[in-house]
Amino acid sequence: MGVIGAVLQVIAVAVGSPLLLGLMRQVRARLEGRAGAGVLQPWRDLRKLMRKEAITPRGTGWVFRAAPLLLAGTALVVAAVVPLVTTASPLDGVADLFAVTALLALGSVALALGALDTGTAFGGMGASREMTVLALVEPTILVSTFALSIRVGSTSLGSIVTATVEDPLSVISPVSVLAAAALAIVTIAETGRIPVDNPSTHLELTMIHEAMVLEYAGPDLALIEWASAMRLSVLLGLLSSLFFPLGIAGAGAGVLALPLSVITLVLKVGLLGVLLSAGEVFMAKLRLFRVPELLAGSFLLALLAVGASFFLA
Amino acid sequence: MNLVGALYVAALSGCAIAAVTALLAPPRARLHLAGWCTAGAGGLAAASGVGAVVAGGAGQSWSAWLPELLPLAGVRLTVDPLGGVFIAVTGVVAVCAAIYGIGYCDHGLDGRVFQSVLPLFVTAMLVVPAAASVSTFLLAWELMAVSSLLLVLAEHRRRAAVGRAGLWYAVMTHLGLVTILTGLVVFAAGAGGESFDQLRAAALSPASKTVVFLATFAGFASKAGIVPLHVWLPRAHPEAPSHVSALMSAAMVNMGAYGVVRVGLDLLHGGPAWWWLLVLAAGAASALFGILQAVVASDLKRLLGYSTTENLGLVLVGVGAAGFFAASKLPVPAALALAAALLHVVNHAAFKTVLFLSAGSVLHATGTRDLDALGGLRTRLPYTTVVFAVGALCASALPPGNAFVSEWLLLQSLIHALPGSGVAGAVTMPLAVAVIALSAGLAVATFVKAFGVGFLARPRSAEAERAGESPPAMLGAMALAVAGCVALALAPTLVVPALGRAVGVVFPARDVVSGELTLRLAGISGMVSPLLIAAALVIAVVAVLGLVRLTAARRSRRAARLWDCGAGPMSARMEYTATSFAEPLQRVFDDVLAPESDVDVTPVKESAYLVERVHFHARVPDRIERRLYVPLVAAVSAVGRGARGLASGSVHRYLGYGFWALTAMLIVLVVLW
Repeated sequence: MGVIGAVLQVIAVAVGSPLLLGLMRQVRARLEGRAGAGVLQPWRDLRKLMRKEAITPRGTGWVFRAAPLLLAGTALVVAAVVPLVTTASPLDGVADLFAVTALLALGSVALALGALDTGTAFGGMGASREMTVLALVEPTILVSTFALSIRVGSTSLGSIVTATVEDPLSVISPVSVLAAAALAIVTIAETGRIPVDNPSTHLELTMIHEAMVLEYAGPDLALIEWASAMRLSVLLGLLSSLFFPLGIAGAGAGVLALPLSVITLVLKVGLLGVLLSAGEVFMAKLRLFRVPELLAGSFLLALLAVGASFFLA
Repeated sequence: MNLVGALYVAALSGCAIAAVTALLAPPRARLHLAGWCTAGAGGLAAASGVGAVVAGGAGQSWSAWLPELLPLAGVRLTVDPLGGVFIAVTGVVAVCAAIYGIGYCDHGLDGRVFQSVLPLFVTAMLVVPAAASVSTFLLAWELMAVSSLLLVLAEHRRRAAVGRAGLWYAVMTHLGLVTILTGLVVFAAGAGGESFDQLRAAALSPASKTVVFLATFAGFASKAGIVPLHVWLPRAHPEAPSHVSALMSAAMVNMGAYGVVRVGLDLLHGGPAWWWLLVLAAGAASALFGILQAVVASDLKRLLGYSTTENLGLVLVGVGAAGFFAASKLPVPAALALAAALLHVVNHAAFKTVLFLSAGSVLHATGTRDLDALGGLRTRLPYTTVVFAVGALCASALPPGNAFVSEWLLLQSLIHALPGSGVAGAVTMPLAVAVIALSAGLAVATFVKAFGVGFLARPRSAEAERAGESPPAMLGAMALAVAGCVALALAPTLVVPALGRAVGVVFPARDVVSGELTLRLAGISGMVSPLLIAAALVIAVVAVLGLVRLTAARRSRRAARLWDCGAGPMSARMEYTATSFAEPLQRVFDDVLAPESDVDVTPVKESAYLVERVHFHARVPDRIERRLYVPLVAAVSAVGRGARGLASGSVHRYLGYGFWALTAMLIVLVVLW
């Protein structure tokens, strides 16, 4: 049961995340008055890239080759560990919220090293900016984890989600609201969306993620695009599981609960994606050196969440 | 004498033999004889330390009293599980450093003195955790300081900076000795005896306990490189030969943490909560300051030195949290925090050995430590690159590295203490978590910079282009250290339960962590499985690779020119350097780091409007050093210059000084006594 759930959520993330990206682009296009390329376009892009020949730029080595694999690998492991479809995943004891954060960071590190390995100025710039954002995001994630785990007495994702399922009203507490706001900002920063990074830009002075992947081509680029989409959907899924765990199959649920929870997962993540891309339409990207202020703000929210949890406990 | 004792004595004898051999052996055989003897002694020491930790659960520990060895007090030694942890760490680091030294020392470091002082340094570090009386402890401590000073000064003829680093180190380490001496003397005077057993049984007044704690803490903190007493560390570590840096950074600084645990938690039985909040605050400050300096450093070994300050800061956060929880009557998180601190000591020793040894290999091959002049070592030093990559992964606290496990344990102990630790805990614990998280994030940036800029991309200087791989002895030692790191990373469950026994010396014995495959916390809920995470990662990567092989076009990889947005061929000068990599972070933390930059414009002689040369300097000085030590040194120098007038050369005046000094002292004694 738990095994099936874990496999289902990995498949859902792997197959669904390019669709999520397509949906978000479509929403954005419609709001901007364009027709848009359709929800399936990211999958078509991936297929096209997979058919191209693999190119290794001269002067790059094993780090450059291994980075896309590791990025996709960490995204898959996180997709298996995080309770999206079921809380009874057999991997639940393997990693908690800290480990999930660290695994996602490992993926970013792999990509940054791949970018540095090219030796181009763009690669170095993207890596440097990515690491700056990563370093500043880390405290917010861990402190809001702290806030969420106080109520449950554990940092295990399964326990946090189960506790929220059992007591849905606890989500409305100030702790959860503050932590949710902090984690939402962090999710935007981690996935490189506006206002931290613009995923559709190719202006060298504004980009973070795109600068790192400039030298990749063919199947390598396909892997990176796919992994980035998976990271986005896993993080949105995690956000929805932590604060709106409706429909997630618990330990005692039957096999029939699984398709239902997959459907609710798709709906929840799709809704979050639509909201995010609609928000992006009305917002401009921040200057790079204003981003730390945004992240400091989210850190403050997380700290307030811990404070609130102490005084409410 | 039981097995632990026999191994320990054999290890000390091995060091002595190594020292004598180095003095007597002919130059050609000296390196090999001394190196292998020291390595053997280190192995024995490690075995005895492990034995002490394992046997400590059964209540056995080895102790000895040798009254003839020293006049008045004799030598008292006890190897208990707590000391055993530090002896084992020192032993393993000594094995790696000694074998490495055989390959590394063949260019000018094969002198008699240097080769025989190295085993003495190891001896001192083996005796400090085993000392069981104040006099033995202080003697071993001083031997450790003096021998390490001689080792730091080994290359003083080649670079002027070595002499300055040695001066800083000598002054700081001896000021530290003075405060430890003061503290322990007050303690021994109050206890009426100087053996640790008597100190443990002593009933001191709270005021004198506080004096003892604060004095010894200052000294131990300076040895551990804790802010603001860290200034010697980023100077001495880069200038010492690399295997000495590894010994100092992976083994010697641990003695500072050992001292705090031994004196504060064991001999003084803990104390008021504010002591430990002070320790925690000092640890948190050093963690942040150390990693911030590391992230902007462009000297590879200086970067590693600052990272030591950071990691020892994290250890002290654990020790401080343990003391604080014990004072707040929370035994379970207290034991967990101390176990996390000890595990971090072990893990830090492992990855710092790896990093310093591979940095030494880079230095050996290129002659430079400047990251801005390195790069492209991936093809020229393939083994060193892999070794450094493992070390960097471990140091940046990411899974599947070993520091991830200890930081995870530390965070768990901080989180689970919250409901019970009162308002002080509610304020400090979230901040401590935030500090650990920020230092972890900055450590990631630091080591991505060190590895990415130093080893990847293309060489930025002719030295880096000509580099060649190191001799087999150095590679073998690095492989050994890497094996240790990997074992600690994948199987922490083998080590952590044993560390629980070391914690049992201080806190009532209890299991801290259980489980074979999964690290399961005892008493509170929380588990993680580093081995399964690593396995899952491997499976996922293999699956992705298989998927790509299945679906991608079956055409062979083609090599092509770097695209670089269509620009022309890149020169190495266009690459990102360490300095430019750190620039965004430097700008974010501008107020803390206070970087300096100045522009010298030299105009052409005939016209002020035509510029001949523009010279740009940018550096990030250590701000604490600038604000605290430079004025202090200036003041001391001013006092010295002023006092010069007192020494006029007239014997009559000197006799007069003596007379007045004696009279003044007698008056003071009459008034005060």
